[in-house]
Amino acid sequence: MNETVNKETALEIPRECSCEIPAGSFNPVEPFLRMDRMPHIWCAGCGIGTTVNCFVRALLDSKANLDKVAIVSGIGCTGRVAGYARLDSFHTTHGRAIPFATGLKLANPELQVVVYSGDGDLFAIGGNHFIHAARRNMDLKVICVNNLTYAMTGGQTAPTTPDGVISATSPYGVFEPAFNLVQLAEAAGAAYVARWTTFHVKQLSRSMEEILKKKGFCFIEIISPCPTLYQRRNKMGDGLDTMKYYKQASKVRHGAPTSECALSKSGEIVVGKFVDRDRPDYAELLRAQMVETLGDRYEEPEVMCEC
Amino acid sequence: MHADPRGVLTGVHFLDGDHACCEGALAAGARFAAGYPITPSTEVVERFASRIPTVGGVFIQMEDELAASITIQGAVWGGAKAFTVTSGPGFSLMMEHIGYAAMTETPCVFVNVQRGGPSTGLPTLPAQADMMQARWGSHGDYGIIALCPNSPQECFDLTVEAFNLAEEFRVPVMLMLDECVGHMTEKVVIPEADCIEVTPRRYTTKTTQEYRPFEPDRSHVPEMVRAGEGYRFHVTGLTHDERGYPSMNVDTQNRMVRRLQEKLEPFNDGRAIAETGDLEDAEVVVVSYGITSRVAQRALQLARQRGIRAGKFRLISAWPFPEERIRELAGRVKAFVVPELNLGQMALEVERAAAGRAKVVKVSHAGGTVHDPQVILEAIVEAAR
Repeated sequence: MNETVNKETALEIPRECSCEIPAGSFNPVEPFLRMDRMPHIWCAGCGIGTTVNCFVRALLDSKANLDKVAIVSGIGCTGRVAGYARLDSFHTTHGRAIPFATGLKLANPELQVVVYSGDGDLFAIGGNHFIHAARRNMDLKVICVNNLTYAMTGGQTAPTTPDGVISATSPYGVFEPAFNLVQLAEAAGAAYVARWTTFHVKQLSRSMEEILKKKGFCFIEIISPCPTLYQRRNKMGDGLDTMKYYKQASKVRHGAPTSECALSKSGEIVVGKFVDRDRPDYAELLRAQMVETLGDRYEEPEVMCEC
Repeated sequence: MHADPRGVLTGVHFLDGDHACCEGALAAGARFAAGYPITPSTEVVERFASRIPTVGGVFIQMEDELAASITIQGAVWGGAKAFTVTSGPGFSLMMEHIGYAAMTETPCVFVNVQRGGPSTGLPTLPAQADMMQARWGSHGDYGIIALCPNSPQECFDLTVEAFNLAEEFRVPVMLMLDECVGHMTEKVVIPEADCIEVTPRRYTTKTTQEYRPFEPDRSHVPEMVRAGEGYRFHVTGLTHDERGYPSMNVDTQNRMVRRLQEKLEPFNDGRAIAETGDLEDAEVVVVSYGITSRVAQRALQLARQRGIRAGKFRLISAWPFPEERIRELAGRVKAFVVPELNLGQMALEVERAAAGRAKVVKVSHAGGTVHDPQVILEAIVEAAR
């Protein structure tokens, strides 16, 4: 990003705004949010709110019974999503959203359990849980907002931070290789793997709708700006500049080998749906094994306690 | 209400403490366990893994203890009674989620079959050195309940009790075995299901409009809901108000943190569980728990034979510490003798409650085996002098 880009994308605010909000109208996503908790904590230009909007639209479009959708988050800026969604929602400990969600799903299989968290939470402190849940093909829908940094704590290096980026804990530039999350998810066994940016709102919403209807461990990575702590520190402009970058640098390549989808500081962003495969999920495998070995002695789990 | 007969293995058995603990969990209604292998505790979940498919429930072996200790909490909010089992190093890893359970008032049971520490320590040998960790191991102020069985029979009985107390007070309950009690095999009598009292989860009857998930009733304990019932509730480890919403202010913090301890006040006196003997005329009282209480029993017999008026106070509920009862005894006895397989942990509590009114003699042991009863006897003799 350079200054010319900034000039191109500068917002022009019309002197006379003709977009009056008609009386009685409301934002269609409001009923799905805890409006009594607004305003939210996210910064201007942050992409997390955009992803929540997409998620709510996906919920609407999927016609899911919202009483049966639970959302589980870890810690961090994206970890706050659970608190704003008007669903049964759990804000857990740092990195442990996936194992919490695993227990929730196994105890109450009719729930659709969505894990909504950030890259640091899911892939540093929580990395072990991610690969094991993918290996088991646990029926969880994992949405990762990847802003390439630890934003809540002030912009430190994450396992996703690209080479050369300046962060609070890498003041001379990141030199550790970063994870390629979509490749990691595929290798660990995810049934569905996609990546979008917060520029691709339609595609993202459609992907979210797809995973709400798909069984097994599904993963969507969303590349999202953190203007306050990532873009600013690296002189990459503001939220709007980042949108411009996403628009220019993204290439839709459905089915691309995930090994070719690594990210860099300012290079191409390969987006699309990379993996969509059918594997028996954990519950199916468990049942098949027990029926085979125990026959009639096997009792279907009734984990929910009447007592 | 009575136990669900499907989980109750009624009969007279020859079981070790770990297996009896598993049967207690099944009798109490636990249909979900998550664990990670660690000596000397694994037998509890090994038996659960073998039993649960024919009872109707789920066991999952997780990737580590951090996962196991939060997976059970997901299961609880999904509607299950759930527990996990571990020993020293795993217990250390679970501390964060003991705090989460305390903060979110998630009823669940943590079984710790104690071995020698610190660190990897003595994996196959006994200790009782996690007693303070059980109380204080997670950061911040909170309260828990800890129970200490001293036989396989009590491993069964107190596991049922642990689940019942978890539901009544909405706290994590620690079941503090030691390697000896876990691996000791004795007669265990499991009653008929209709003779086992089980505390049901207190689900709210309020409407989705009225219900506030962290609004306490008279008992200081809020009513629960489970996911999927339309309440659309929020649970967070952040300081939260009665609605469950994060609330970063001094008033909320003060109100909430105090209640997390105050709801356990009944245990400071009346509800404390202890086994006592010969206290009427006692001049020296031996305070012990777990396997050490059985060694101390021999020392008490020998002391009485020598004409020393020695009495027994066995901690069955170690936390909250029964300070009222120790305080009352301190006013009329000469000394307390506290043998334990650590360098003096519960002895500090006895000292605190005695507040200088009676002497407190620690009989410490670094762990790896049990005390020689003679050592405890000598301490009793010395204290009586």
